[in-house]
Amino acid sequence: MTSSTFSAARPAQIRWHPTVVRYAPVVVIVLALIAIWYVAAVLMNRNIVRDAFERDEIHYTTGDLIVGTLSAERPLLPAPHQVIQTFAEDVFGWPITSPRSLVYHSWVTLSATFVGFLLGATFGIILAVLIVHARTLQKSLLPWIICSQMVPILAVAPIVIVVLGAIGLRGLLPKAIISAYLCFFPVTIGAVKGLSSPDPIQRDIMRTWSATPAQIFWKLRWPSAVPFLFTSLKVSITISLIGAIVAELPTGAQAGIGARLLAGSYYGQTVQIWAALVAASVLAVGLIGIVSLAERWVAQLMGARA
Amino acid sequence: MTLSWQRLTFFAAALGMLAAAVLPLSSEPTLDLFARPGLLAATMLAAALYAGAALVAPRLSIAVTLAGVVLSCCVTLALLRDPSIAGYATWGLWLPVLATWIAAWLGVARLAAVKPHDKAVSRIIDLAIPLLFGAFVFYLWEVAVRGFGVPSVLFPAPSAIAVRFFGSPWMLWQDFFQTFILGVLIGYVIGCSAGFFVAVVAHRYTFLGRGLLPIGNFVSALPIVGVAPIMVMWFGFDWPSKAAVVVVITFFPMLVNTLAGLNAAGHIERDLMRSYGAGHRQTLAKLYLPAAMPFIFNALKINSTLAFIGAIVAEFFGTPTLGIGFRISIEAGRMALDVVWAEIALAALAGMAFYGIVALAERATTFWHPSYRT
Amino acid sequence: MRAPDQATREGSTASSPEALAVSAREISLTFQTADGEVEALSHVDLDIAEGDFVSFIGPSGCGKTTLLRVIADLERPTAGTILINGVTPEAARVQRHYGYIFQAPALYPWRTIERNVMLPLEIMGFDAAERRKRVEQYLKLVNLSGFERKYPWQLSGGMQQRASIARALSFEPALLLMDEPFGALDEIVRDHLNEQLLRLWNQTKKTVVFVTHSIPEAVFLSTKIVVMSPRPGRIIDIISCDFPRDRTLEIRETPEFIRIAQRVRSGLRSGHSYDE
Repeated sequence: MTSSTFSAARPAQIRWHPTVVRYAPVVVIVLALIAIWYVAAVLMNRNIVRDAFERDEIHYTTGDLIVGTLSAERPLLPAPHQVIQTFAEDVFGWPITSPRSLVYHSWVTLSATFVGFLLGATFGIILAVLIVHARTLQKSLLPWIICSQMVPILAVAPIVIVVLGAIGLRGLLPKAIISAYLCFFPVTIGAVKGLSSPDPIQRDIMRTWSATPAQIFWKLRWPSAVPFLFTSLKVSITISLIGAIVAELPTGAQAGIGARLLAGSYYGQTVQIWAALVAASVLAVGLIGIVSLAERWVAQLMGARA
Repeated sequence: MTLSWQRLTFFAAALGMLAAAVLPLSSEPTLDLFARPGLLAATMLAAALYAGAALVAPRLSIAVTLAGVVLSCCVTLALLRDPSIAGYATWGLWLPVLATWIAAWLGVARLAAVKPHDKAVSRIIDLAIPLLFGAFVFYLWEVAVRGFGVPSVLFPAPSAIAVRFFGSPWMLWQDFFQTFILGVLIGYVIGCSAGFFVAVVAHRYTFLGRGLLPIGNFVSALPIVGVAPIMVMWFGFDWPSKAAVVVVITFFPMLVNTLAGLNAAGHIERDLMRSYGAGHRQTLAKLYLPAAMPFIFNALKINSTLAFIGAIVAEFFGTPTLGIGFRISIEAGRMALDVVWAEIALAALAGMAFYGIVALAERATTFWHPSYRT
Repeated sequence: MRAPDQATREGSTASSPEALAVSAREISLTFQTADGEVEALSHVDLDIAEGDFVSFIGPSGCGKTTLLRVIADLERPTAGTILINGVTPEAARVQRHYGYIFQAPALYPWRTIERNVMLPLEIMGFDAAERRKRVEQYLKLVNLSGFERKYPWQLSGGMQQRASIARALSFEPALLLMDEPFGALDEIVRDHLNEQLLRLWNQTKKTVVFVTHSIPEAVFLSTKIVVMSPRPGRIIDIISCDFPRDRTLEIRETPEFIRIAQRVRSGLRSGHSYDE
């Protein structure tokens, strides 16, 4: 067996920095998507722009057409820079308290989101604690909670608004109640999972120490539940945001992101809709970021790895 | 609750039932219980059953309690048919209702404590408990609405909703067809298939996968329902725009979960395939896809509810005169809440059936997963 | 570092180069990890003749699994040459010269035992009749007849491992590579499976390369024991065992057995395997 038949030496490999390996694909794909967006904008808007030129009997070249598609006033698909421009205008261009400012609308929606989230999360956790400790509740209520996940809960939003409006509650509270109603389910399910997560071995050790149920709860169940809880809190806060936005739709509210979307839809202000969507996305990311920060802080307090 | 406290509670329930004979039934002048011999007999029997439940063995007491509860519910509902009582009910009615409530609670608690050896019996009990609980909630709803005289424009009784539900099948069917068949199903099939295929491609070409996964996770967290007005602008007011919203909503969870599932195969199993000299397509068909099934079905279940929500919310933004979301928002504005609740009931049933079918399919294909074997 | 000196390379049964199942020269493998470079294998020389039962023994992290994976073309060495049955490891893998048995049974839970054993046959393109015949034959060989329709989780750990052995045998490779296959099982089941494995080896006359960290197991099963030392992985000693091919568990109490086991242990000590 001559050694010239096969050399097992590894070919020289380029070693990329780990950060590059991690982020390069995302960056490349995002850039590719933006490029596709521009092309789509040109293709989708060209009819409108062409009609406008012909109506005004202006002579146009292909270059004019392309520029026109990327800066149309009521485009079918606004170009990315248009969206960003409008977004920046609506955020920074108006005073914060003006009803034309996206910051104002975001704040309206955010306040309903926060209140709803606090209500829903608290209720969800309390419900979970009860369910874990009372076998009857576990068997009778938990199946219904699981079932309710399958029901399109948002369908109830108009009723809540109307009923509460009829007894005089308007504005923030109905929206918060809808958000709370939507977001307590994931918190309950996550908290139940977390509170039931300790190993049977751990529970047996507690029994050998004659621990009371309260001690078992605070020293074993609650700390074990924290990671599960934070995962569901992240889901829950985004659902709360969606609930607050949707709650503004049925009654044609005047303020809030949902109201902005509705108004844009009624008056054909495409770019306004897109800017409102960007605002909603920024809010969602921000909310998840806040919960993640809280999670990391708590995890450090509980001795997790850095 | 210890046994002696439970017994005391049963006796208290029996006493509460008897209150119907003693205390005034209504704040308006009305016939008292002695003038209604049939109901009087039933009330006495119910009280006797509750007292009996305190005395017999716990297992037998479950059946006894349930019989008593059924009787009490019939009595109270029958009483509420009387227009001189409905809306003006006082302690003569409420005490029996409360008594029934605690008796029912105890009965369910005892049922939950039963630990049968037979698996079939255990399954039946697990099914019966939430059903009994739910039925009782409906009963309380009905009694509360009728007894307090809550205006039906505000909060209709379940009976009124049932009347409306069974009385307008054509309207319900049209709404169901528009929202569910045209909007939800079509969008669901397109969205999930697209997510699946993109995930398979992204799994094959790791660069694509590593780029798409964070983007998919990011987009899944955003309020996607906001694209509804844009879809209406592109596809018009009718069902295609709703289906488009559903496609966008279902695409990303499917993509993320399928990709996670395809990457879930253990590296020992992958080495095994490599040792057989298997190509990518063979490994995909025999390892990656079967191992990904639990994840794929997880996404399909999540998507079934998301799709429905998406279609209904999309209808809040404008739709021709059909659809569950449309009907709800219009009739809510008109304060015709019984129609709204009937539509919600329709949505609830459809949602649960949809989820149930997906869950059954999941059982059939992923029976081997550890989570089913415990 | 080569094996200490030529005199200790006893019992090399190779007569001509063509009868060598595995021939490795100066194999080195360095891993790039987050904590820097790890030298898993350092200048390993090894010859394995056809029909041998060779054990690699050493403490955790000494490179024995890595060496096995190099033979299986599941890792590429950074230096050195290796031939499996006269061809490169990659060619050997594509031509299905070997069957690999892992530490865990790695049976697919969505397939019955029967269909698990059929898996390599499906991939390699055998027709249905041939597949069924071989499945029946090899399940009988490992004493699992009657369990065809069961699912892996319905079988005990030992039975699952037997099924994975049947799966590796089903396409009749000349070479069997086994990576601590019985490590997760209790001692009694292990003894039983050791006997069965030996019987199988006797019947099928295959070449077996077996990784273990149990000294009695290595001495009991092998015709040749390769003692390895921790990082960098290198061969300390190669010992040959002359026990008859149809040996039973009773030889474990014989003086010859104990002598060889002592020699293995002293090899491990000299390689600092027992140090902290």
